[in-house]
Amino acid sequence: MSKTLSHLVVLIAGDSGDGVQLLGSQLIRAAAQSGQDVRTLSDFPAEIRAPQGTVSGVSGFQFQMASEAIFDPGDAADVLVAFNVAGWIKHQSKLKEGGLLLASTDGFDARSKAIAGLPAEAEPLQDAHSRFQVLEVDFKKLTAEALKDTPLSGKEKSRAKNMTILGLLTWLYSQSVTAMEADLKRQFSGDLGEANLRAFQAGYHLGETAEWTAYRREVPQRQAQPGTYKTLSGSQAIALGLAAAARQLGRQVLYAGYPITPASDILHELARLRPEGVLPFQAEDEIASITAALGASFAGSLGATASSGPGISLKGEGLGLAVMMELPLVVINVQRGGPSTGLPTKMEQSDLFQAMYGRHGEAPLPIMAIKRTGEAMHDLVMAAKIAVESMTPVIVLSDAYIANSAEPFRIPELVSLPTITAPQADVDRLPYARDEYGVRPWIIPGTSEGMHRIGGLETEVETGNISYDASNHQTMVQQRAAKVQSVTRFYGPLNAEVGESSGDLLVIGWGSTYGALRTAVEALRSDGHAVTHLHLKHLVPLHPDLFPFMEGFHQVVVVEMNEGQLVQVLRSQTQRELAFVGKTSGQPFGALEVQQRLAQHLSES
Amino acid sequence: MKSGKDFLSDQEVRWCPGCGDYSVLKQFTEVLALIDADPANTVVVSGIGCASRLPYYVNAYGIHSLHGRAPAVATGIKLANPTLDVWLITGDGDALSIGGNHLIHALRRNVGVPILLFNNEIYGLTKGQYSPTSRAGAISKSTPLGSVDHPINPQTLALGAGATFLARSMDRHPAHLREMMTRAKAHGGSALVEIYQNCNVFHDGAFEPFTDKKTQSDHAIFLEHGQPITFGVDQDKALWLDGQTVRIVSTMERPLSECWIHDETDPMKAYALARMTGELRPFGVLYREDRPVFEIEVHAAHAQTRSLEEVLALGRTWTVT
Repeated sequence: MSKTLSHLVVLIAGDSGDGVQLLGSQLIRAAAQSGQDVRTLSDFPAEIRAPQGTVSGVSGFQFQMASEAIFDPGDAADVLVAFNVAGWIKHQSKLKEGGLLLASTDGFDARSKAIAGLPAEAEPLQDAHSRFQVLEVDFKKLTAEALKDTPLSGKEKSRAKNMTILGLLTWLYSQSVTAMEADLKRQFSGDLGEANLRAFQAGYHLGETAEWTAYRREVPQRQAQPGTYKTLSGSQAIALGLAAAARQLGRQVLYAGYPITPASDILHELARLRPEGVLPFQAEDEIASITAALGASFAGSLGATASSGPGISLKGEGLGLAVMMELPLVVINVQRGGPSTGLPTKMEQSDLFQAMYGRHGEAPLPIMAIKRTGEAMHDLVMAAKIAVESMTPVIVLSDAYIANSAEPFRIPELVSLPTITAPQADVDRLPYARDEYGVRPWIIPGTSEGMHRIGGLETEVETGNISYDASNHQTMVQQRAAKVQSVTRFYGPLNAEVGESSGDLLVIGWGSTYGALRTAVEALRSDGHAVTHLHLKHLVPLHPDLFPFMEGFHQVVVVEMNEGQLVQVLRSQTQRELAFVGKTSGQPFGALEVQQRLAQHLSES
Repeated sequence: MKSGKDFLSDQEVRWCPGCGDYSVLKQFTEVLALIDADPANTVVVSGIGCASRLPYYVNAYGIHSLHGRAPAVATGIKLANPTLDVWLITGDGDALSIGGNHLIHALRRNVGVPILLFNNEIYGLTKGQYSPTSRAGAISKSTPLGSVDHPINPQTLALGAGATFLARSMDRHPAHLREMMTRAKAHGGSALVEIYQNCNVFHDGAFEPFTDKKTQSDHAIFLEHGQPITFGVDQDKALWLDGQTVRIVSTMERPLSECWIHDETDPMKAYALARMTGELRPFGVLYREDRPVFEIEVHAAHAQTRSLEEVLALGRTWTVT
């Protein structure tokens, strides 16, 4: 009999070449399919093969599975799977007192200790026994034995170690062995597929043979909303959103990208999936990717591009041109730690100022933020709708956390997606004649008698011809700003994630801090505090009801992964005092951490 | 029958009086008439600089984009709609300095766009700094003591980038310029036409030996495919390939059949022509090759697509009832 838990947090740590991310993804797919809610957190080095066995080269994959809806990958781990001693050193502080350490002892030998910087006399596993439950298995040896009759090389065999561990974890956490085997068969074929399967089975049987039933845990199923599900990462969901935008618009989306971590996955997904209506294009650089996308928008496609901070810097001039030419464009920034090359694989929300102000001149544009993987697809369709229906570039902020974080995704009914209607291309209208929302027509080449010229020089009101006239420039600056302000017509009501419309504390967040904030606020509420969580999807322009909503609260605190960007934007528009909770360590907020920092604000009031 | 005037927009042309750009604009609009272009299906794309103002003056669709980025903009337009007739207008600073990267990638991809590169060896719109094609020693506002930069050679650059069509012409030879534009359009892929264009304000007479009727015959060679490469007042001089060395010979002394017969499809000889940057320079089509056009290939490669429903159903899915 296995013990039943409502929540289980597992952290897997190994070398960046050990297949830790693959192992984690397999497990969470199985858990999601068996009806548990899951959230994940990947943490890996920027190097493809970081120095083997070192603490800096450790790749980590944390997930929480639960029998109820959850929003974050959990705080302290119930289980830590250490492929090697470096993984243990890096993550031991995250294992709960009394939690389970599953150690692959082949990674704890004298050589591994030396590489990880431990003295020869150190006995990390012995020390661990005093504080934790410890299971020690030589997974390398076990894998080699399981695969001794296969034609694989020794190196290939040792690389199947993650499959052996997957087998044991499948047994320990009561996942379906048949579903897992079917999934492995779907992904791997030939000798490698056979070897993976054997390694998996060896690990699965180990649990029973070793009589480790006492360590087994089971997380019951939750009652999920009926529908068809799959697991998705944020970047996969963004790619689906671009495909859905093409469908809803009924025109081609040209997605032009340039390789950069962590945005490249969007390009990979579009190239792999080949969705109807999306043409992926790898340009020669970041500037070319945005200008090609803009050229495509001029020609009647919807141009889209994505990058991360350093690439968005290069796209700045293209964004300015898009503002001036008033063409639709979707630009996704998968934010990472900056400035400069910064922390390519770590998360941060520090590009809001760049999105708002990273252009010369008066160059406003709508800015949205994705708060979770499950909403990214819908958000992208919304961004495309705003871009097309308001003839404007739109920036969508994602980040390294959302990009890699997976969750069960209910495949939406396509009829539920927003419709997108291109502005009328009536050739009787002048190129910059505006409708009631300040939107100009989208007259595309190929339209007879629609010939017109546009560019980066200031445009004359209505005609779009070059104009250096002083009062014309004043008018156009104001018209462009008013057009951006008017996109609030696309917004739904301002709804709190959890909590009432008045109380002691209003917590405002945006982007990927959603899960930690929601979990923290719910914990505070169950402790009896009158706390409300509001998560902003639209950062420019702000929701018109935002400032009135704040009036219902004694205190307002803004939580974000930077040194205070949204909070400064809000402070510039309101007299009321706004507190700030921030962090720039490259690691996302944990729910407990947020809860403690919010509790301080509550105790001060 | 359309005339060049039908392809002029209602905008006032604002180049300096006497600028070579006027001739290029005139030949361009006449070529559009000549090839019976559809203004509604024509897009003229440019970057920044004097030359790049040209789209405003043409009765067609046009984008006056960013400094150097026109090749990328044009690539996006072609990917969006390969059936559009897209022309790219650029200058030496625009194409070869700030936009060098985009130019080489458009050329090697063979995007279906004729590229008219106005080369005047000076930055004109910013009032007279030396450009990447300015000769070493060039005196300009930013090099009062003479430039020490070695100039870039647009022809060898294009060959190195894998261009499929390169030609050179000049503002002061309208018939030749029209012919080169027409051939560039007919080529189908990326077609670079370098146009020697006089900036009469900041670099007057830069190409005079090649463009002035009095000196032209001794300095400009007009290439014709399959014909001996000759020049001189009475076409009395010819090029002769002595192994890999280019020599000038008298047609009195050597039969034309032994002279260098121009072959537009020979990349080695094209390189030798492209390297002629001294007192004697070739005009015409230096090189051409047939290669599939980028935007057509991209669309063919993506012909097999999946509907959104199919995409969503891919991979491991499960159903909750």
